Amino acid sequence: MAYKNYCLVCAGTGCHANTGEEIYQELVKKARDLGVEKDVQVVKTGCFGFCEKGPIVKILPEEAFYVHVKPSDAEELIKEHIIKGRMVNRLLYKEDDKKTDTQGKIDDIKFYQKQLRIVLRNCGFINPEDIEEYIGREGYQALAKALTDMTPDQIVEEIKKSGLRGRGGAGFPTWMKWNFSKQSSSDVKYVVCNADEGDPGAYMDRSTIEGDPHSIIEAMTIAAKAIGASQGFVYIRAEYQLAVQRLEIATKQAREYGVLGKDIFGTGFDFDLEIRLGAGAFVCGEETALLASIEGERGIPKPRPPFPAVKGLWGKPTVINNVETYACVPMIILKGGEWFASIGTEKSKGTKVFALTGKIKNSGLVEVPMGTTLRDIIFAIGGGIKDGKKFKAVQTGGPSGGVLTTEKLDTPIDFDNLVAAGSMMGSGGMIVMDEEDCIVDIVRFYLDFSVDESCGKCSPCRIGGRKILNILDKIAEGKGEMDDIKKIKEISEAMKRSSLCALGQTTPNPALSLINFFYDELLAHIQDKKCPAGKCKNLLSFSIVRNTCIGCGLCAKKCPVNAITAEDCEPLPGKKKPPFVIDGKKCIKCGECIAACKFKSVVKL
Amino acid sequence: MSKLTLADLKKIRDEKNKEMTRRDADKEIQVVVGMGTCGIASGAKETFSAFIDELDKSHVNDVVVKQTGCMGFCSVEPTVRVIAPEMPDTIYNKVSAEVARRIVKEHIIGRKLVDDHVFDHPSRDILTQ
Ligand SMILES: Cc1cc2nc3c(=O)[nH]c(=O)nc-3n(C[C@H](O)[C@H](O)[C@H](O)COP(=O)(O)O)c2cc1C
Ligand code: FES
Repeated sequence: MAYKNYCLVCAGTGCHANTGEEIYQELVKKARDLGVEKDVQVVKTGCFGFCEKGPIVKILPEEAFYVHVKPSDAEELIKEHIIKGRMVNRLLYKEDDKKTDTQGKIDDIKFYQKQLRIVLRNCGFINPEDIEEYIGREGYQALAKALTDMTPDQIVEEIKKSGLRGRGGAGFPTWMKWNFSKQSSSDVKYVVCNADEGDPGAYMDRSTIEGDPHSIIEAMTIAAKAIGASQGFVYIRAEYQLAVQRLEIATKQAREYGVLGKDIFGTGFDFDLEIRLGAGAFVCGEETALLASIEGERGIPKPRPPFPAVKGLWGKPTVINNVETYACVPMIILKGGEWFASIGTEKSKGTKVFALTGKIKNSGLVEVPMGTTLRDIIFAIGGGIKDGKKFKAVQTGGPSGGVLTTEKLDTPIDFDNLVAAGSMMGSGGMIVMDEEDCIVDIVRFYLDFSVDESCGKCSPCRIGGRKILNILDKIAEGKGEMDDIKKIKEISEAMKRSSLCALGQTTPNPALSLINFFYDELLAHIQDKKCPAGKCKNLLSFSIVRNTCIGCGLCAKKCPVNAITAEDCEPLPGKKKPPFVIDGKKCIKCGECIAACKFKSVVKL
Repeated sequence: MSKLTLADLKKIRDEKNKEMTRRDADKEIQVVVGMGTCGIASGAKETFSAFIDELDKSHVNDVVVKQTGCMGFCSVEPTVRVIAPEMPDTIYNKVSAEVARRIVKEHIIGRKLVDDHVFDHPSRDILTQ
C-alpha cells in the first residue's frame, strides 16, 4: 500500500555536506520510534537548488518546503506534520526569508515557486509525436478561438495587450510586427519561424520544438490568420535532427487532422507550412539573411529598411518570429493578453527561458518570470557554483552580449535592465564562470566565434572583428600595451556605427565589457604580464615547491615533453629523495604535472 | 482521419485529458521518459527499453510508457516522470536502465519512492491552475 506522506530530504552535495544524511537518518529513526513508519516514507533526493538555504526537506503531498532543517528538528517534523497533520511553521520557507508568523493554514503559506513554465508548459507532459496529447492539454483551442471568434484586429490587439516582445534577441514588440504586415496590402504574405538558434550554449529553441512542436504550428497559424497569410516556413538548422524529425511528424499529423491545410475547422481559412533546413551559419539567424537563404540565395544580410514585415520573403510582407515568441502565443490567446501581462516587469512581460551552462551545479533549461534576479537563477535554481568555487561572472546574450559581474547579481532581468547593465538578453544563453575562468580568454572565444561567422560582406565587421581578436591574442601572449585598450575602443566604435547588420554592430560587445567591468584583470595582463585566473599559458610559469616535493617523480612520468627532472642535489632534510624541477624552456604548460602531484607541490605562478 | 470540426476537437481534448490525468486506483500508471536530445544522449533510449522489458517480465499490464520532450534537467538526465494512483506525481533523475528496473519493482509494484533519484518539480502546471 502506498504511504500517506513522503518526506524528501535533499542529499545533493551542497546540502549533504550540510548534514542532509544525518537528517535523513534521524527522520527514519523518529518515524520508526513514533510508530508511523507505515505512514511516511523518507527518501533522499537530488539537489533542490537553494543550497544556501539547505538542508531542505520537502513533505508531500502538501508540498511543504522546509529550509535550514537540523537533525534535531526531525522529531517535531514527524510529530507535528506527519502525525498531527500540522505544518511546522518556523521551518517553512518564506519569501525574503523573514520568519513572520503565519497561521498555519495551507492556503496562506506562499510555497516557493521556482519556475513558471509557459513556453515549456508541455515538456514533461505530452508525447511530442502525438497530436492528440497536445490537444488533450488545450492544444489547438487557441487556434479554434482565433479562427472562429476573433477578427485579425482582435488577435493583434490581444498580442498588444500581452506586451509580448520578441525572444530572438532584440525584444521588438510582436504586435507591431504583426500589425505592419497586416496593414501592408498584398495578395501573398508569409509567416516565418526563426529556429536557427546559433548562439553558443543556447538550446532553448531546440528543446521547445523537440518537446512541443505543435505549439509552434498552432502559433504560426494564428499569426497567419492575423496578417492574412496562407503559407509559412520554419527555418531550422539541419544539425537539429531530432527537432526536425518531430516537427515533420507534427506537420504531417496536423495536416491529417486538418489543423493545417485547406479550410481549417470549416472556416474557409487555409494555411500550410514548409520546413527549410539551414546549414548552420550563425548569420543566417539574422532575419534578412534567413529570408535570403529560404529564397535559395546566399545567406547574407540586407540593409533594413525595408523591414521584412513590409517587404520580406520574395518581396512580400513577412512576419518573422523566434520559436519562443511563438510558443507564448497560444497561451496568450487562450488565457488572454492581460493574464500574460500580469507576469513580468513593466516593460518586459511574461517569462524567459534560459539555458544555464558553465560552472553551475544544476545546468539545464529554466523558465522564469521576467524580472527574476540573476542571483535567483544562478543560486536558487541553479544551485550555485560547482565544486564550491567562487562565482566570478555570467555571460548573457551570446557573442553579441556582455559579461555581468557580482554587482549585477541582484538586477531583475528583463530586456532593458540587461542592456543598462552592459549586456543584453539575446536568445537566452547564460554561461556561468567561476574564479578559474579568465575573462580575456572568454572574450577571445566570443570574438573568435564572431570573426568566424562574419559573412564578409561589409568591411567593418570583416576587418574590425579580426583586428580586435588580434589585439586580444597579443594581450593573452603577454605582449599587450596600454595603447591597445584605446585601439579596441576605437575599432568598436567604428564597427558599431558602420556595420551592415547586428552581427558586426555587436561583435565588439564582449570586448567592451572586458574594458568596462574587468579593467583590473585586463591591466594585470597588459602591465604585470600576469593572468590572475591562471588560464593564459604565456603568462604562466609552472614550478615545483622544493620543500614539499617528496621526489616521487610522478610528475616527471606524466610530462609529455620531459621537462621535469630530479634536481642534482642531496635530498632535503627529512626527505628520502631530491626534489624535482621544471625546465621552463621545455614546459608547454599542459598542466599534467599539477594533476599528477598528490602533494599539491606543482604550482602555477 | 477526416478533418476535425470544432466539436471533434473538444471531444478529443476531453477524452485525452481524462486519459492523461486519471489517477483512480484501478486505472493506468504512466511512465513518461524525457527524450529530447540531451536525454537520448544520456541513454534515455536504453531507459525506455528497460521499462518495457521489466514491465513485461513482471507481468504488469496497466502501465503506459511514453516519451516526452526535455524537462530541463540536463545535468541529471535521463529524467522520468511516474504517475501512479495514490502516489505523488514523481520526477526521477539519472534513470539508467538499472534504475528503471528499480522504479518498476519499487515504485510501480512496491508503492515506494526510489531513494536517491527523486527530483523536485520545477514548477506548477499552468494549465491546471
Ligand atoms: C547575427 C544575428 C543572429 C541572429 N540569430 C538569431 C537566431 O538564431 N534566432 C532568432 O530567433 N533570432 C536571431 N536573430 C534575430 C533575428 O534577426 C530577428 O530579430 C528575430 O528572428 C525576430 O524574432 P522575434 O521578434 O520573435 O525575436 C539574429 C540576429 C543577428 C543579427
Ligand atoms: S555579417 Fe553582418 S555586419 Fe558583418
